[in-house]
Formats: sequence, C-alpha cells, structure tokens
Amino acid sequence: MMAFLLQHAPPLVIALPLVAAFAMPMVSRLGARAVKAWALLSLLATESLVLLLGRDVMSGNPHVYALGAAIPSLTTPAGYPIRIIIEVDAMSAFMAMICASISVLVCMYSLQYVRKKGGQDKYYTLLLLMTAGMMGLVCTGDLFSMFVFLELLSVSSGALIAFYARRGESSEAAFKFMVVSSIGALMVLLAAGIFYGQYNMLNLAAIGGMLRFGFLDKVALVLLVAAFAMKCGAVPMHMWVSDAYGEAPAPVSAFLVVASQASLYALFRVCFTLFGVAAATEIMGWALVVLGMLTMFIGVTMAIPQKDIKRLMSYHAVSQTGYMLLGVGVCLAVLGNAAALGSFGITAMQGGLFHVVNHAMYKGLLFLAAGAIIYRTGTRDLNKLGGLAHRMPLTAIFFLIGAFSISGLPPFNGFASKLMIYESVFRFNPLLSVIAMLTSILTLASFMKVFHSAFLGPELPEYRGVREMPPAMWISMGILAVFIMLFGIFPDLVVQYLVGPASQALLDRIGYLGGVL
Amino acid sequence: MMDLPFIAVMILIMLGISAAVLKRNMIKIVMGVSISASGINLLLVALGYREGGVAPIFTNAPAAQMVLPTPQALTLTSIVIDLAVTAMMLSFVILMYKHYGSTDSRKRRLSG
Repeated sequence: MMAFLLQHAPPLVIALPLVAAFAMPMVSRLGARAVKAWALLSLLATESLVLLLGRDVMSGNPHVYALGAAIPSLTTPAGYPIRIIIEVDAMSAFMAMICASISVLVCMYSLQYVRKKGGQDKYYTLLLLMTAGMMGLVCTGDLFSMFVFLELLSVSSGALIAFYARRGESSEAAFKFMVVSSIGALMVLLAAGIFYGQYNMLNLAAIGGMLRFGFLDKVALVLLVAAFAMKCGAVPMHMWVSDAYGEAPAPVSAFLVVASQASLYALFRVCFTLFGVAAATEIMGWALVVLGMLTMFIGVTMAIPQKDIKRLMSYHAVSQTGYMLLGVGVCLAVLGNAAALGSFGITAMQGGLFHVVNHAMYKGLLFLAAGAIIYRTGTRDLNKLGGLAHRMPLTAIFFLIGAFSISGLPPFNGFASKLMIYESVFRFNPLLSVIAMLTSILTLASFMKVFHSAFLGPELPEYRGVREMPPAMWISMGILAVFIMLFGIFPDLVVQYLVGPASQALLDRIGYLGGVL
Repeated sequence: MMDLPFIAVMILIMLGISAAVLKRNMIKIVMGVSISASGINLLLVALGYREGGVAPIFTNAPAAQMVLPTPQALTLTSIVIDLAVTAMMLSFVILMYKHYGSTDSRKRRLSG
C-alpha cells in the first residue's frame, strides 16, 4: 500500500486537492461543519502524501512520472516525445513541502477566521484549488503544464483576494493582480510556443537537452524571466503585491506569500535547469542580483511610511523576496566558475533557498498575527490601534517572534539564512552585503514601530472588551512559531537534510535532464 | 510569405499588451489582455500548420501520416483558460463599477 502510494504520489499530490475542490459543492450540502472538515482533511492527506514523497526524494531518489505513457521515454515513430512528465527532484519536493505545510496551517486558521455567511464552501474550494495550482507548478516537468497551473493558481488567488467583495478596494486589488498575472502567464505561453516551434517539444528536460541558445531562445529566456519575476513581486512590478496581500483576508495573504514563492521556484528552475551554464549565466546572475537589490531596498523604504498594518507587511514581503533573488542570483553569476562556486556560490544559493522556507513561515506568522488583530478589533489602521498587549498577550508574543525573525535577529530562523547570505555575498561583492544588512536594520526599525503602535502603550477604552484570539487561530500560529524557533536553533540540520539536497538538485542540471531522456 | 502569420501574430500581441498598459478604461484593459491571448492562440495554431498535412481525426483519415495534434490541444486548453480569466476580470470591473460608479482606472483608492 505504501509502496503503491509512493509510486503514484507525484500525480496524486496534484489530483487530491483538485478532486477535493470539485467535490466541495456536494459536500457543502451536508452543512458548514462538513465543508470545514472536508477541506482540512483533504489538505492533511495532501500534506502526508507530500511528506512521504519528500522523504523518499530527499534521500536521493528523484521521481519521474509519465502521464499517458507506460514508460517516460516513449516517443512517436518520428521521435517526438508524447507524454506529460511530472518530475519531482529534491528542489520540487522542498517547495511542495513548504506549500503543503502552509496550506494546512492556513486552512486551520481559516476555520475560525472566515465568518462570512454563505461564502464558506467557495472559500475552501478556492483554497484547495490554489494548493493544487502550487503543487502542479512545483512538480511539473513540462512548460505548458507550468502555464496551466500558473493560471489555475492566478485565477483562484484572484478570486480569494476579492473575497470581501463588498469592499471596492479588494476588487481593485484583485483586478490589478489578475491583469499582471494573466499577462505574465501569456508570456510563459508565448515562450512555450517559441520552444515548441523550434524543438517540437514542451518538456523542460528535453528542451534543456537540445538547447542551441540562438536568438529565439534568448527571447524565450527574457520572456520567462520577466514573467516569473513579475509573478514573484520583484521590484519594477511590485505594485500588485502590496494591494493584493493587503486586501486579501489575512490567511489568504499568508498563502499568497507561498504562491509567489512557487513562481520564484519556476524562475530558478528556468535559469538553472532549462538554460544552465550555456546561457551567459554571468549576465543573468547579475540581472537577478540587481533585481534583488532593488526589490530589497525599494520594498523596505516603501514599507516605512505605511499606516495600514497589512499593507506595511506586504511591502516587507516584497523586500524579503529580494534576499532570495540576491542569494540565488549570486550563485547563478558564478555558475561557470567552479572555484568561486565551490567557495561561496553554493552557500549563497543555500542561503537563498533557506530564506524561502523561513520567509514562508515568519511572513505567514506575521500575516496571521495581523489577522488576529483585525479579527478582534475590526481595524487595520495603525493610528487607531494601541495597547493591545494588555488584552492579547499571545498575539503580541507571536508577533514579536515573527518580527525578530524577519529582521534577522538570533536565535530565530531569519538570522540563520540571512547570515549565510551575508557572508557568501560579501565574498562576491562586499557592497551588496552591506546594503542587505542595512535593509535588515530598516526592517527591524519598521517592525518596532508597528509593535509599539499596535501593542504597547496604555489600554485604549474602545478595545477594553477585546479578547485573545480563538483556539484554532492560536494553535496554527503556535505551530509556525515553534518551527521558526526550531529552524533558528538547529539551522545546520535544516541545511543538511532539506536545503542542501534542494540546492544540489537545482545545480545538478544533467541529473534532471537525464531523468527523462 | 512563410513568416507572414508570425508577423501578424506579433502585431496582435503587441497591440493587446499596449492596450492593457496604456488604456484608462478598465473594460479596454480587459480587451487588451484578451486580444494578446488570442494572438498567442493564433501563434500556436500557425506553428501547428503543415502544408498538405492530414488532420488527426481517426475516423476519416487515410492510412497516412497525420499531423501531431499537440498545438491544437494547447490552443484549446489556452482558450478555456482565457475565457475563465476574462470572465473573472470583467466581474471585478462590474464590482468596481458598482462601488465607485466608474470604469476609469484613475478613480481608485489604493495607491502608495
């Protein structure tokens, strides 16, 4: 039974949330409790399948699954591959584990957070669809499926951003998000068309193996990088992030962070696996580094003057994406230079990937803490909030853990990954490292301002009746907080068992290509 | 002559994207996105065209080699996705029109 599940796990992790989502209208006939139980149970099942798959993949056993063919290498008589490949290597498994774990916590938090009458079944349907989209995006080995799952992810997250449709702003944010992400997805489709026209293939590994890197390939590279950078919220196109994260319900914002990281995964996959060393990696790497620096610095400077608590956190999310781009960009820039790659390139990439998982956790915790404040007080305006630590001590503690972690203070997990980025980037170019540290200090300053204005000070009369958040909310936040501490105290174990294999898989282009051909 | 469809397709995509970027009316933005999506669908169909090829319909085809139907399959999938995206964006425009009484993208509140 276990072996059967493990063998078919790659398509199942995508199919399970998808089927559960479409079964939701039927389940909703049984009442509101059934809807919640169904959503939580199917996400838990997905999570356990992903963990089962992840454990196997991380121990050096990548899975290649062919849909529509008995063996992955089946071709037509003319030699064109006809099958859809799902290829899960350690990097995909790493991302899938992040997505699945956060989805369970977000669902648990939503059980009490989402109180809107009549929209419950739709909310959980969309949440399950988002999970399916992310799982597909990180597991697929096919450029066209990547487009399909990207669109599935965008449509379902667009609908969730506009969940509070009676507010005009949320529709506005959702519209902006949809325009940006549909143009981004169309660019991916255009790139897929360009590749299909040249090589008659859509499979990432097969295209990577035949790549000539001519003019059209360069156009496709630019299209793909631009599209995924747009979708992960890198700076010139960061304007949708603050609106979308700010206007979505708080658990959805926490989940959208992971959705952006799935696009970041696609960006790294394209740069490292599809193109690899052949494609002028130094220029590409520098492009990512510059994008990362701009994202980091502009994000944090835009965050400082914000008065809306969630909008402020959204700009910080933009800024933190910059660290991941910086770390992985440095590795890409020295990919052709074996000595530099060995001495600091790999550490930089591990720092960047470690920051991905840390960001998903602490940013999730911060958004959920903001959600708890909004849930109890009904306002997001920092000028109106104050003195909440008297009434909501648990929220205050969770918020502080998240804030210390995002600012890179020891012993929280943000410190571990940022230290790896600082020390490796310093050997690449000291100036970049200095700017990264400066950004961290500004982040800390900004979060201390939020903590001070929301939690400290005398108790305000209008919040005298405020109580601590309900159990489902603090349990999910507590789990996140515990993992943040654990990852901060034992970073070496995380790097050894999770981040190390993932970065190795991303660097091992030949291995990924060889899995299919 | 062979490149003519591709040039037309590129013009269509550029027109769509420029409309989405430059227009102020939100309905026109949706139209721009939709036009560039159609342009890309046409590109996929044009890529799949083979002169004198046999359509891959099993019941009527002669026992010769048929065209590989991948581009057509991609186009169909992409049309369905475009429909969902367009419907979604238009419904957001309706909601915003109800709220702000205008489809002008400058009359909005989220900024900075």
